[in-house]
Amino acid sequence: MVGSNAAEAHPIIFQHILRGVHQGAKLVVVDPRATLTAKRAHEHYALEIGSDIALFNSLAHVIIRDKLQNQSFIERATTGFAALQAEVTQWPPERAAAITGIDASRIEHLAHAYASAKRAMICWTLGITEHHNAVDNVFALINLALLRGNVGRPGAGLNPLRGQNNVQGGGDMGALPNRLPGFQDLTDAAVRNRFELAWGVPLSPKPGWNQTQMFEAMADGRLKGLYVIGENPLESEANSHHIERIFDKLDALVVQDLFLTPTAERADVVFPAAASFAESEGTYTNSERRVQLVRSALTPPGEARDDVWIVQALARAMGHPWIDKSAEEVFAEVRELAPNFRGITYARLAMAQGLQWPVPHKDHPGTAVLHTRLWQDPVDPRVPFMPVDFSPPVERPTVDYPLLLTTGRRLAFYNTGVQSNVYAHPHNQGEQVEVALADAERLELTEGMWVRVTSRRGWITGPVHISASLPPGVVFLSFHFPDQVRTNVLSIDATDPRAGTAEFKAAAVRVEKWSPSQEA
Amino acid sequence: MEIEESRQLTIDGEVCQVPAGTTLREACLQVGKEIPALCWHERLTPANTCRACVVELEGSRTLVSSCSRMVEDGMVVHTDTPRVLHARKGVAELLLSTMMDDVNAPELQKLAQATEADPAHFRVGETLVQPIRDDNDLYVRDYSQCILCYRCVAVCGEDAQNTFAIHVAGRGLQAHIDTGFDRSLPDSDCVFCGNCVQVCPTGALIGKTEWSLRQENEWDEKKIQVTETTCSYCGVGCSLDLHVLNGRIVKVTSPYNHPVTQGMLCVKGRYGYEYVQADVAHLQGS
Repeated sequence: MVGSNAAEAHPIIFQHILRGVHQGAKLVVVDPRATLTAKRAHEHYALEIGSDIALFNSLAHVIIRDKLQNQSFIERATTGFAALQAEVTQWPPERAAAITGIDASRIEHLAHAYASAKRAMICWTLGITEHHNAVDNVFALINLALLRGNVGRPGAGLNPLRGQNNVQGGGDMGALPNRLPGFQDLTDAAVRNRFELAWGVPLSPKPGWNQTQMFEAMADGRLKGLYVIGENPLESEANSHHIERIFDKLDALVVQDLFLTPTAERADVVFPAAASFAESEGTYTNSERRVQLVRSALTPPGEARDDVWIVQALARAMGHPWIDKSAEEVFAEVRELAPNFRGITYARLAMAQGLQWPVPHKDHPGTAVLHTRLWQDPVDPRVPFMPVDFSPPVERPTVDYPLLLTTGRRLAFYNTGVQSNVYAHPHNQGEQVEVALADAERLELTEGMWVRVTSRRGWITGPVHISASLPPGVVFLSFHFPDQVRTNVLSIDATDPRAGTAEFKAAAVRVEKWSPSQEA
Repeated sequence: MEIEESRQLTIDGEVCQVPAGTTLREACLQVGKEIPALCWHERLTPANTCRACVVELEGSRTLVSSCSRMVEDGMVVHTDTPRVLHARKGVAELLLSTMMDDVNAPELQKLAQATEADPAHFRVGETLVQPIRDDNDLYVRDYSQCILCYRCVAVCGEDAQNTFAIHVAGRGLQAHIDTGFDRSLPDSDCVFCGNCVQVCPTGALIGKTEWSLRQENEWDEKKIQVTETTCSYCGVGCSLDLHVLNGRIVKVTSPYNHPVTQGMLCVKGRYGYEYVQADVAHLQGS
């Protein structure tokens, strides 16, 4: 598990993983922090923040140097091995050790352990993807799995654990700038043509903007109107002060949410929405591509309406003759247009407790393992190795900002706290600034003392928690309690050019004692 | 493919074949003999503490617990001899003697009825009196209802949650579930997933909402509607059964046969639903 604190962020997946461990599987955790997940692992590799590619390239170096790669799989199913070899040749463990802080002998050991496993799975979460080089981080992991043929087989594979209930489903339904429902390519004329026939309107072949690109367009005035559904970017996005400034530039902001969040408070129009999991009908898709039903158990309060109803009513108000469809009727259209969903019906979902796409026809049982084609003949197309180079976090510790802030989740709470700050959890004590023991001693901080944390973008204050799980030089905050601590005022909006993800995991900061009376 | 080995045994005179690795209790069920059980739970490793599932095994000096004993070739088993029925009745009477009431323990009630147990039989004896532990807003512990089945210990440990916050402490009459030095739950290692509450067979562990409504005589099982949906938090996709009473969610469980949860939830899934029914004043304050 790499950059994943599943014990807190995905507790039920972690139960499945630990069942494997109790049955003899070996668990290795790569994470700068000694998280709850790391404490349950056989081995924990506490690498320097953002040094992931140095480690992964070095693991590939050892595997190839010691001829431990799965040569027959590489020859049958991949391309570009020579290019990978040329890149990772430059990554002997000694070089990676200097960057990652992990002893060369431990890197050798981990490479041999991974290479000797008949089946090995790599799971990751935002510790890999919330970096300015998120896509490269993922490529480096894919390279490792391909080297050993750990793809397309049960018990192996590459498994990004999805962080939100329906982030997979949103993508499934085409809520991506370059995709139509079923992950179909918008730029493919044949695909577009089928949707144009079904919808009776021409579709632009030009991909839209991802969120980061929208923010850039808001900053320079190319985007003047924004419709935000079920998101609280004022508190969830990196560099909050900058986000505030670009939201101020909008001519029109529409927010559709359960609550009047700080984002909704700025809106020109607010559409009160029903809570999807308990007040509306529909589906979510989970981390293993399992499409599952959500059903209404409660009547939404006041004027709150189902998202599907709101979107259709808005279309009619804008002059389009949309007929009112239920979520199930919309899903029927998805089945027509998206081959991956063709075999899924609400009736089947209820019977089967969810189905994992692709489900190409109505008798298909769903697909538990992807990419099995790599083990069938002929392999077409083959999978490319993607050699990548290491690039450190955009901000490095300096004299003025000597520490690195990394952010993450806590077990009982969730994102900006809109949902999780309402129930009465006994440990709901608000945000704490977690500081490593050595740094606390150097700064003469004691437990509970108030501190100010400053980055190049802003500052926050909060009480200190001296944490044994942090290595020296690292500060940790969640962003679950923005009413009290606006963590993302500090975080850096350096983003991956391809994925648009910000580097939430590494922002240079300084920590100082602070007295609440200074606030005035 | 491995060839599945089978075992032959005789149950109440009937010869039958079962796959290797079948327990005696499962084998009995396959020939239509339902053996009672209290501590056994489909999701958990057998703890062998309640002895309600005992059967007579020829050649064995003592009665054996059928929930954990694996079938071996040639076993001859009797499920309803006077000795077996007497032992089960004794189990029911002893458990009832320590419980203040059994209204929330349907499995024990069923055993008591089936064995014609007399709840008063052992009531004259001493019992370990424990106060109701109401130390947080998520669940209440009323150990006067506890039958020490170990289900909560197993589910908190390796069988599911891997938190290891509780265990049985004390011996004999003093045996009780403990958080470690009798700390309050918020001060213990408990993470409030509530999986122990879900598997508790007697109501010794009970959601705070359900407990409060029962105190006020407002808990009405017949009026509760259960809706199966999917959790709104992380991407695991846990199946939730929302128990709704008078337009409010009052309890959340998960089905044991669900491929994702196998009945288990985290604290957010089980208790983090209040946001859909928080009153407006509360939200404006937050």
